[in-house]
Amino acid sequence: MIEMNLKSGFALTFDSLYIGGGTPSVFGAETIGRIIEAAHRSFNILKDAEITLEVNPDTITPEKLEGFRRGGVNRINIGVQSYNPENLNFLGRLHSDSDADLAGKWAREAGFENICLDLIYGIPGQTKKAWVADLERALSFAPEHLSCYLLTYEPGTPLDASRQKGRFHPLNDDKISDLFTSTIEFLAARGYAQYEMSNFARIDSDNTEKPGFEQNRSRHNRKYWLFTPYLGLGPTSHSFKEPERFWNQPDVPDYINELAAGRLPPSGREMLSRSQLMMEAIYLGLRQTEGIRTEAFEEKFAVDFQRQFSDTLEGLEEKGLIRSTQNRCALTHKGMLFLDSIVPLLVNQI
Amino acid sequence: MINIRNFSIIAHIDHGKSTLSDRLIQATNVVLDRDFQDQILDTMDIERERGITIKSQTICLPYTAKDNQTYMLNLIDTPGHVDFTYEVSRALASCEGALLLIDASQGVEAQTLANLYLAMEHNLKIIPVINKIDLPSADVERIKQQIEDDLGLDPESAILTSAKEGTGIEEVLESIVKDLPPPAGDPEAPLKALIFDSHYDPYRGTVVNFRVFQGRVQAKDVVTFMSNDVAHKVEEVGIFQIVRVPQKQLSAGQVGYLIAGIKTVSDTRCGDTITLRDRPCSASMPGFKEAKPVVFSSIYPVATDGYEELAVGLEKLKLNDASLIYEKDTSVALGFGFRCGFLGLLHLEVVQERLEREYGLSLIMTAPSVRYQLIMNDGSTLIIDNPSLYPDPTKIQTTMEPFIRASIIIPDRYMGPVMKLCLDRRGSNTNYQYLTSSRLEMFFELPLAEVVYDFYDKLKSITKGYGSFDYELKDYKETDLAKLDILINGERVDALSQLVHKDRAVERAKRACEKLRDEIPRQQFKIAVQGAVGGNIIARKTISAFRKDVTAKCYGGDVTRKRKLLEKQKKGKKRMKMVGQVMIPQSAFMSVLKTDTD
Ligand SMILES: Nc1nc2c(ncn2[C@@H]2O[C@H](COP(=O)(O)OP(=O)(O)OP(=O)(O)O)[C@@H](O)[C@H]2O)c(=O)[nH]1
Ligand SMILES: [Mg+2]
Repeated sequence: MIEMNLKSGFALTFDSLYIGGGTPSVFGAETIGRIIEAAHRSFNILKDAEITLEVNPDTITPEKLEGFRRGGVNRINIGVQSYNPENLNFLGRLHSDSDADLAGKWAREAGFENICLDLIYGIPGQTKKAWVADLERALSFAPEHLSCYLLTYEPGTPLDASRQKGRFHPLNDDKISDLFTSTIEFLAARGYAQYEMSNFARIDSDNTEKPGFEQNRSRHNRKYWLFTPYLGLGPTSHSFKEPERFWNQPDVPDYINELAAGRLPPSGREMLSRSQLMMEAIYLGLRQTEGIRTEAFEEKFAVDFQRQFSDTLEGLEEKGLIRSTQNRCALTHKGMLFLDSIVPLLVNQI
Repeated sequence: MINIRNFSIIAHIDHGKSTLSDRLIQATNVVLDRDFQDQILDTMDIERERGITIKSQTICLPYTAKDNQTYMLNLIDTPGHVDFTYEVSRALASCEGALLLIDASQGVEAQTLANLYLAMEHNLKIIPVINKIDLPSADVERIKQQIEDDLGLDPESAILTSAKEGTGIEEVLESIVKDLPPPAGDPEAPLKALIFDSHYDPYRGTVVNFRVFQGRVQAKDVVTFMSNDVAHKVEEVGIFQIVRVPQKQLSAGQVGYLIAGIKTVSDTRCGDTITLRDRPCSASMPGFKEAKPVVFSSIYPVATDGYEELAVGLEKLKLNDASLIYEKDTSVALGFGFRCGFLGLLHLEVVQERLEREYGLSLIMTAPSVRYQLIMNDGSTLIIDNPSLYPDPTKIQTTMEPFIRASIIIPDRYMGPVMKLCLDRRGSNTNYQYLTSSRLEMFFELPLAEVVYDFYDKLKSITKGYGSFDYELKDYKETDLAKLDILINGERVDALSQLVHKDRAVERAKRACEKLRDEIPRQQFKIAVQGAVGGNIIARKTISAFRKDVTAKCYGGDVTRKRKLLEKQKKGKKRMKMVGQVMIPQSAFMSVLKTDTD
């Protein structure tokens, strides 16, 4: 809250507030309420702003959820990860599968009309059948939004260490791509449209252009991909206001001490050059199903998109990995699987 | 005329020529302090970035000496790199003297000797200057010994300077006035002036740098260049003082410029003699030996429609760089381009960079090659520097390749490694001599093809920076050549072919394939990279197809991390060119010659 005060000069109107990273749901409803209140005092937050709280199934009760809602939270993001006890154990999660079931149920009962579930898949040994069963269970209370993340082994994590020691065998490429495709197909059949690599929103009518779908997409997440300004508070948090990105350092004691002394905590920043912005626009654009908005891209960077990338685009289109239309350039389903290989090809054309 | 001194500053690379020029310029107040910047004569971006001089620069310094007379000192700062020796020899042709700089810690190096010999060929008076005496590692006594032993000059005449700290500058100026002879030549005789450089001004046309040896010249004179007899009406004459300063006239002994509305390159040739149309001099100046290109490479635009722009860029660059030669070339893989000749690899890099920077072009350069002589079965001789023109080998009787005589100066403890390096490069040691008790000058005959690429870097690294190298072209010797082709997915990519010694073919092919495997990014299909001589495949590497690879999360800090990764992958690869079905980065074409594993 001190940081909010110190940064209150950030001249922006906010249409979303996201309280997450770590497990903010360990705090009581009162604390969360105070945070939201303080945010309102320091910043110009719109009345109908999306206010999301990240919660873990093992830290909530119906009463707490009720309290969050009264405190101003209108969107709840539940870190379910999996409904399979073995997988939960593998992922080092503290909740059980029934905790996960209850979390969704309680959130609805507490009156939340915008619920998002985080799921992880591509876990060693996971079959398509098992994963679809997970999805099925997630859909049982019709969440508005799903984030389905493929398991990654980040260097330096205990998980990666055990992988390196050979304690388990990660799924191979083909299995992973099967799961990835099945996810998109299964969810589509059940009325969820993919709008980003790992994010799906419920379609409330049979037309994806209708407000239902738009509404259900995470307003917050999309800011990262659309170059919209955002402000992050708390250790490690990132902020962006083109062409600058800045962030707080991860050290928590430092962070607290500096704020206690009335100073902004240690931070880093980067000014993005034109070509860096271009790289990000390509990468982030291709993560989204709507793709790179080529007209906007051309306007922003004063280049002819087709001409600049023609050599690469032709080959990729021929192979059915990319689809270009009048003013969009997007990966196909197949292309999405190769995102990290395709992006360097385009980036090298800059 | 008695009050004019014309001199060049010459030295091995990095011994401080441009820095000493700075001090002389400041001591004579030619530039206001607030306008001053270090190495002020290095005006090109590429010179400033790399910290080296590429083009000679002239500046006229008015100096009031201790004898209370004012002298016009015409200084020419020259490049030290071996590729630009030609610049030095042209500069020397317009001087009576030279300051020979020697780095007080490095001592005499290969281009110190080479440039000394050049100056002696021009009968110049030489003032040795020991520079960088401020360095803790400076060893003035040792350097004086070298001046005596290696250079055969009087060590007591050497001036001690620190160009960096400004010590010894007045001594240098006084010595220029006292020890260098004033120019000779009759101002009343018919005009005879030597063109030693030129550059292009988009508003005024060609600016000709020249030295008047006799007679005088002024605006409105009608002059001719004796090699082609074309007449030009002089618009302006003047001297260089960072900017051009117009003068009423220039007469015998002076160095300056002339503008005469000349718009085409071919009209101005370095080494040519300028005289008056209506009162010509009797004989022209001896002129210069043609700058001989030693490496050849083709330049293609990355953009398919970039040929015209490239043609314009080259033509303009040629106006500033007389030693660049080029002709039209075509490649199946890359389309229209130019085959260019360069004085060395640095020259090639400079041309590439200037074209990219000054003319906004994106270019592909093919692997450089030397020029071979092929004696054909029917007795005719074919000169070839372009692998794509290599004829059917069964029709060749004998192949000759150029050899150089290399002089390498090293502390004697590196004798073994240097010997090994040169023998590995198909060289033979002709002899060596001790310069001082622990320094050695070794002579080798080496195939030029083996030194153009990374020889100097290798030499520097095995001698921990102490080795220096100079060379001259010697003659052609019989050799056994093969054309190494590179096939990508079974298709020969002509722009990747190179001519190699037969014994080296397999090793080269392997390296080239490895390099290409590292350079070419994965694509949607598997790519086979093969090396072949004739029809025989002698090396192969495979680039596997795209990996299925999706970064799941991308929020906040993930974006920066991902971008940094992309930047790292992109670094040095620059843009890519579609060749057949495969995207090949610009950097790949040159990489086939790289021998290092990095
Ligand atoms: N310590 C010290 N450094 C010097 C001195 N003179 C030049 N340098 C440094 O030596 C480096 C090369 O100086 P330059 O003046 O560019 O050398 P140069 O001979 O013109 O080099 P080329 O034009 O590339 O042949 C620079 O980093 C200078 O700062 C000196 O007297 N003392
Ligand atoms: Mg210099």
